[in-house]
Amino acid sequence: MSWHNTPIALMAKALAAKEVSSKELTQYFLDRIDAGKQWNAYIDVNAHLSLDQANKADLLISAGKAGKLTGIPVAHKDVFVTRGWKSTAASKILAGYQSPFDATVVANLGIPDEGNPNGAGMVCLGKTNMDEFAMGSSNENSAYGPVLNPWNAAHVAGGSSGGSAAAVAAGLAPIATGTDTGGSIRQPAAFCGLTGIKPTYGRVSRYGMIAYASSLDQAGPMGKTAEDCALLLSAMSSHDPRDSTSLADSGEDYSRYLNQAWQEGDAHSARPLEGLRVGLPKEFFAEGLAADVAKSVNEAAKILESLGAKLVEVSLPKTKLSIPVYYVLAPAEASSNLSRFDGVRYGHRANDYKDLGDMYQKSRTEGFGPEVRRRILIGTYVLCHGYYDAYYLQAQKIRRIIASDFQAAFKECDVILGPVAPDVAWRLGEKSKDPVQMYLEDIYTLSTNLAGLPAMSAPCGFNANNLPIGMQLIGNYFSEARLLQIAHQYQLASDWHLRSASEVA
Amino acid sequence: MKLDDVQRIAHLSRLELNQAEAEAVLPQLQAIFSLVEEMQAVDTTGLEPLAHPILFLRELAQPLRADEVTETDHRAENMKSAPAQQDGYFLVPKVIE
Repeated sequence: MSWHNTPIALMAKALAAKEVSSKELTQYFLDRIDAGKQWNAYIDVNAHLSLDQANKADLLISAGKAGKLTGIPVAHKDVFVTRGWKSTAASKILAGYQSPFDATVVANLGIPDEGNPNGAGMVCLGKTNMDEFAMGSSNENSAYGPVLNPWNAAHVAGGSSGGSAAAVAAGLAPIATGTDTGGSIRQPAAFCGLTGIKPTYGRVSRYGMIAYASSLDQAGPMGKTAEDCALLLSAMSSHDPRDSTSLADSGEDYSRYLNQAWQEGDAHSARPLEGLRVGLPKEFFAEGLAADVAKSVNEAAKILESLGAKLVEVSLPKTKLSIPVYYVLAPAEASSNLSRFDGVRYGHRANDYKDLGDMYQKSRTEGFGPEVRRRILIGTYVLCHGYYDAYYLQAQKIRRIIASDFQAAFKECDVILGPVAPDVAWRLGEKSKDPVQMYLEDIYTLSTNLAGLPAMSAPCGFNANNLPIGMQLIGNYFSEARLLQIAHQYQLASDWHLRSASEVA
Repeated sequence: MKLDDVQRIAHLSRLELNQAEAEAVLPQLQAIFSLVEEMQAVDTTGLEPLAHPILFLRELAQPLRADEVTETDHRAENMKSAPAQQDGYFLVPKVIE
């Protein structure tokens, strides 16, 4: 049985029917991880811990105490702290760090116990590689080396959740968690031919998620299908009193619309999306978008149209400005968040220093990689007296315009469709010399983080070199279940998401 | 932005840059800030800064939890990762002579 090409929705049925045990599934993926080291998708794997969790899951199943996801393996992005596995955010400054607690996402998905009675019972396969502190769009900024794209090892996997993307694409995990501050779930999902969703800001707890830019960071699932993502997101999100930005109404069943028509009563119709208005922002299809990406996204629009949706043109006039706005606000928040790394309470401490100040300085300089240092410098600069108004406040004011522009667009449409990124996965090293070149690649994903909106990525084609192309669906606040419904209906009518990189590799 | 600025913000960030590193990072920061300058053309008169996306949607009432003890003593676990410690304290170089 090729479990690595099996959606978790089917895996759950096989577990419930006792066709396979969690231990067998876990061992299957651990073996694949072992044989698939060339992708550099994982930073920490601990077979003993994983199999111990699998045994506990099997006991729950045989005791009739299993939930929907009990016994299914999952890989966690190394930005989530975990007991047992090392938690490093792919940074040297946290090398070897052992967290005394689990992130809320990890606990929500994990094996239930006394302190965590509502855990979903999933088995952790290990921690996936990422750009250091989630700062990057190619996963080349990891202290543990770049992640390779399972569709073509000469290309990047995307970032910052590149390890999670490569793990699922190469069949080294059935599903994975990711985080998205400016596109870090959607873009690697697109580059690796997966489905991923960044929910509305506040849906998923940030407790135990190593902070990058706190007003933008949000976690979500990365998997093979919209249905799988709906299952995982339902288990990930919850109201968490330990995160002050966690929304009181975060928990819901994101699968509830999957097999329904857009309009009630139209189920089993040949045009299940009748009544849906899909907005195509003209700024997302302007100069800079690769022709093959544009072609695939337009074809996806036609499929939605054939399912009953109506296509309308909308405008998001400040799309280009989302790049400078993001690259002021995110570094500003990062420079504050990363001030906690001082070599005193945890993390790397330099060997030689002359006094306390020198210890801070040397420990931080040795521990942070070049991109992280760069963003700390930018953030410190824009928060300096004299620049604060011109940069930081100006960026926050334009952020309000960007959020308002989305609301204007949502008067014309129910959901926005566009590309995830201007191009497919680029070659390793191609953009790593020039930070601005890399930042410009984030043009279609940043604005939803600035506005706090939910957005997802789903496979919609391949270019001539067999590299995956992703489409992006952006919805209004709290519309995740609707986005997943549209993506699921699209996946019922297309087969891009069924193509497997592990067949190529 | 000039070389002096780079050294000043590096110091404020508690990062150490030697002359060569500062010279290498300066043009990168300049390129980033020329991109950032595009923001200045936008008229934002009368607009309130948006610090947090949910504030756009609704007044975020800071939730208050019940005032009860929820945590037990995790001191030993929390100190396990300290680079230097003694008797339950974090050790740092001497600060006061």
